[in-house]
Amino acid sequence: MRVTFKLNGVHTVIDTNPDRRVVDVLREDLNITGTKESCGAGDCGACTILVDRESRLSCLMLAAQLEGREITTIEGVARGEVLSHVQEAFVEKGAVQCGFCIPGMVLATMDLLNRNPLPSRSEIREGLAGNLCRCTGYQKIVDAVEAASDSLSNE
Amino acid sequence: MRDVFLPREPEELWELLEKEPLAGIFAGGTDLLVKMRSGLFNPPCLICLERLKAFQGVREIGEEIFIGAGTTHSRLIADPSVRRHFPVLIKGASVLGSPPIRHMGTIGGNIVTASPAGDTLPALYVLEAEVEIGSAGRTRRVPLSQFITGPGTVDLRKGEALIGVWLKKTSAWKVSHYEKVGRRKAQACAVASMAALVNVSGSGKIEDARLAWGSVGPTVVTSTEVEAALIGESLTLDTLKRVAQLVEEAVSPIGDVRATARYRRVVAGALLVRLASVASYFLHKNVSPVNSPYGRPSC
Repeated sequence: MRVTFKLNGVHTVIDTNPDRRVVDVLREDLNITGTKESCGAGDCGACTILVDRESRLSCLMLAAQLEGREITTIEGVARGEVLSHVQEAFVEKGAVQCGFCIPGMVLATMDLLNRNPLPSRSEIREGLAGNLCRCTGYQKIVDAVEAASDSLSNE
Repeated sequence: MRDVFLPREPEELWELLEKEPLAGIFAGGTDLLVKMRSGLFNPPCLICLERLKAFQGVREIGEEIFIGAGTTHSRLIADPSVRRHFPVLIKGASVLGSPPIRHMGTIGGNIVTASPAGDTLPALYVLEAEVEIGSAGRTRRVPLSQFITGPGTVDLRKGEALIGVWLKKTSAWKVSHYEKVGRRKAQACAVASMAALVNVSGSGKIEDARLAWGSVGPTVVTSTEVEAALIGESLTLDTLKRVAQLVEEAVSPIGDVRATARYRRVVAGALLVRLASVASYFLHKNVSPVNSPYGRPSC
């Protein structure tokens, strides 16, 4: 099946099985490996992508559902070598340890700040409640999202 | 490999359902695709409802509000007319899953999945929701409590799909509450949950009460005995503690990986007792239920 969509701003056409999971299309067929898979059941958020700017789980989406959509993966967040505000804040606040959850965390943060540019700390925790991190204890991740929110609102 | 159909118009869907009666139907995929991956379900092909605009969104029609089956929980939570009329439903949808699950999952999916723990279901039961079911050339409308026939089973016949939910507009309930107890706050199935709509007279007597519990029976549990025992009583801790004993008798929980049956029974009663503090907040602070501290989950 031919599927046409935009991937990180680039017009993309793939020929694939319609029931192939989007996480497999990205990682295995297109070699876009920033998107991670952990639980494969919608619990951990490692495979988060943005679909038309909204966070979704690529392990629970099928290739046919990509048709006509705009997809953003972590590879589409920085501009060349220049990190986004959110990425910069994660580095700055020491929010990254092993890094496995971070692509999902960054994209979930983008979704959150898009809906709520000035979230409280408890709103940040709610906004990232679908993304598990087993290293940081979340404090520094919440610090980073707060810092990203500040730097975006000061722009 | 399976075909995945994405009908855009209802007519396309009805045709597909006639041609492919064994197809797996999904909207958000947050339950069905997990079941398929674990091998519990193996349909010959899939029909995805996400492109069916006619099944999405919220419409006010006369004295009723129609919520399309394909309306995502996020969209439902943001809808002004749902917020105005059904704060109890907003609370249920707000504690369901996690943000990405709420962006994908739909109210129709929560209904058809028919889990006893479905977070929108107790709210829909106390609101006396009706569901509209379609098929080629006809539709029918039945109370939700009749549509859901058991854990994971609904009265959906060959060629049929859920079109949406009908609710009568209401803003008369003084107390409008949903609380869920789980092993953790986000991403957790309810160990027990309760939706409550209560009206209290000027003198503090309960005039009307509708209650529904999740995760403590094969389907959502309601009890006319419990509701009747509350009418005419003062909404106080003493009243609720006394009636909570009836709740423990009314529910029929099982024990599983999340909690024992005994624990669920006690929590079902305790959720009613906890209504005392919630109610005092509603009745004396006079704030919009949706914006109250009880309106949103906190992690």
